[in-house]
Amino acid sequence: MNRVLTVLVNNRMGVLNRITGLFLKRGFNIQSITVGPTETDGVSRMTIVIGADDERIVEQVIKQLHKQIDVLKVMDITEQQIVARELLLIKVNSSVQNRAEVMALIEPFRASIIDVGRESVTVQATGRPDKVDALIALLRPYGVRELARTGVTAFPRDSDTVNEVIRLNKGSMLPI
Amino acid sequence: MTPRVQPSLPAEPGERAQSPSILTGAQMLVESLRAENVEVIFGYPGGAVLPVYDALYQCGIPHILTRHEQGSIHAAEGYARVTGRPGVVIATSGPGATNLVTGLTDAMMDSLPLVVFTGQVATKVIGTDAFQEASILGITMPVTKHSYQVQDVRELPMVIKEAFHIASTGRPGPVLIDLPKDIANARGSFDYSKPVRIPGYQPTFIPNSLQIKKVAQALRNAKRPLILAGAGVLHAHATEELLELVESTQIPVTNTLLGLGSFPGDHPLFLGMAGMHGTYAANMAIYDCDVLVNIGARFDDRLTGNLEHFARRATVVHIDIDPAEIGKNVPTDIPVVGDAKQAITMLLEDGLSMTDAAAWREKLHEFKVAYPFWYRPDSERLKPQRMIEIIHEETSGEAVVVTDVGQHQMWAAQYFPFRAPGRWVTSGGLGTMGFGLPAAIGAQLGLPDAPVFAVVGDGGFQMTMQELAVIVEYQIPVKVVVLNNRSLGMVRQWQEFFHGRRYSESLIPVQPDFVKLADAYGIPAFQAQNEAEATEKIQLALATPGPVLIDCHVPSSENVYPMVAPGSGIHEMVGVTP
Repeated sequence: MNRVLTVLVNNRMGVLNRITGLFLKRGFNIQSITVGPTETDGVSRMTIVIGADDERIVEQVIKQLHKQIDVLKVMDITEQQIVARELLLIKVNSSVQNRAEVMALIEPFRASIIDVGRESVTVQATGRPDKVDALIALLRPYGVRELARTGVTAFPRDSDTVNEVIRLNKGSMLPI
Repeated sequence: MTPRVQPSLPAEPGERAQSPSILTGAQMLVESLRAENVEVIFGYPGGAVLPVYDALYQCGIPHILTRHEQGSIHAAEGYARVTGRPGVVIATSGPGATNLVTGLTDAMMDSLPLVVFTGQVATKVIGTDAFQEASILGITMPVTKHSYQVQDVRELPMVIKEAFHIASTGRPGPVLIDLPKDIANARGSFDYSKPVRIPGYQPTFIPNSLQIKKVAQALRNAKRPLILAGAGVLHAHATEELLELVESTQIPVTNTLLGLGSFPGDHPLFLGMAGMHGTYAANMAIYDCDVLVNIGARFDDRLTGNLEHFARRATVVHIDIDPAEIGKNVPTDIPVVGDAKQAITMLLEDGLSMTDAAAWREKLHEFKVAYPFWYRPDSERLKPQRMIEIIHEETSGEAVVVTDVGQHQMWAAQYFPFRAPGRWVTSGGLGTMGFGLPAAIGAQLGLPDAPVFAVVGDGGFQMTMQELAVIVEYQIPVKVVVLNNRSLGMVRQWQEFFHGRRYSESLIPVQPDFVKLADAYGIPAFQAQNEAEATEKIQLALATPGPVLIDCHVPSSENVYPMVAPGSGIHEMVGVTP
């Protein structure tokens, strides 16, 4: 099962290396990792998705992350109410003739066309990984020229709603 | 005899920077070491640390010039092990820094506090493959507790202060500070008085009292309790508390390899070391106990053997300052995160009385008497086990024993009952051959008046024997005992047991004459072929001020017994009896 960890770290030189190095040293696998600034100066948030069924492994990952001096906080938000999103950029073959068709296709996903070429369009979509997977599957028949996914970034919700992790876990979360 | 490490003359007042608070980075480093009361520095100069060495010149802090950077860091480890204070190392960039990697890893594995400074090329050429540039931060991240590369000279005092704090608190470990040459030359104001505040580093010191109550309850109900004491007891200076706990509860005690000395080796309730080459009594106690209280050990695989058979019926209590160790290898029923001394003190305050385990104690005592360590005495040839006993006898057990890695290390652990802490220095987790001689140098500097013995094998000794020059230069009175079996004994033993006696690259027919070698360095040296000679030479060594080397010719066919074969359970020992 995929676990979603959010890790607050000091935004210092080498901190990403420390975290990924730790995963290497301990033999843990990362499904995806995103890093970016937070509301606090000098603090970055990493969202790390790991595929681990063994509770002891998950516990070890969290404890080892905690031990890093530059790690301020580690939360396993898998069981919490969270908002989790990722960004997809996908460039698919599209001639002038079928452009309307592609647009109609992506509309329910609230995706948008952000670049148009003579023989291709670039689509941007954000959402849960399962939604991104579904969109990719729909667009694949047109011919995918280039594809980029950011991986999930997430934090807990304030309100109680459906646990998105359940859906998150339906997504492949794998590099395409 | 006290080592001849004379503090050199302090600098002339006028030689210091113009204003007392405006210093170069290199001067800040020296002033910080002074503020940390550093007694000795182990190091080796080079291009990128020239500014630092310039500031060290006649600064008053003794510096030991080892003959290899690996020697510096192992010496710092030896010093840290016996004093509990951080060992300080300085090396240059590139090869100087990479030569430290083994020592850093060793210190990380065995939780030794080190503060290690590496020179680095100037910031403007970092990343250009400059002369003697190595990405030492990247190389050492997995083998340090923490590391810094100083980007601004104004950060330096706080970085050093944090480094000493991180290295010596919580679970101790090595901290590396990479100092670019231009930063060492840059000037800034120096203030070492600011308190350390590291939000991401708050080790739990005081254990949770509810957990302690659970431990006490488990012990009250125990019929077959056992205490496993590791190096955490030594780091926490909790040996007296441990003894008090054992005396009041009468719970038998075993040690890990690194925990030796945390409990008196001659105590009736001491079962001896446990693990791959542990005693029958200790290993059977672990196998059969119903409550296992691990204090400051990390359930290393050389201790546990096959985990399926390890304390399989026991309620496992694990007291450790590092929460990540709890549950890592052995599922734990009662975790206690905190300092060993605090935890034991809290247990004592709980008013634990004598456990209802007389039958258990009796049984273990029978094991202890019936199955001690054994070897076949030999009147003609010197047995390595006997040599350890002789060192013990001739020093009345007061010797500080520093070992290398291999058979001789296990024999030293088996045949020298350590009665007090601070007398046992060995490379446990990493098993670093070449550790012995340099670590003995550091141990002797930490304990100037103690008789320090570097017990080494002929294999490991040759990995760092260049440090003989150091014990001569500084007249460090280490007694080097080479248990010379002309082979890599432990490798040979495994090949005998598990590889059909195919002694692949483990027999060394050509060895230097170690007596002549010592002679070349100006070290008095003797050879010992049998027990009588060995006793005589040890007495001679003890009567000789300064360093001495004894080349002990021991049989190469000797094996370490008993042994838990890899993959076997802790109760499945071979060679328990002759």
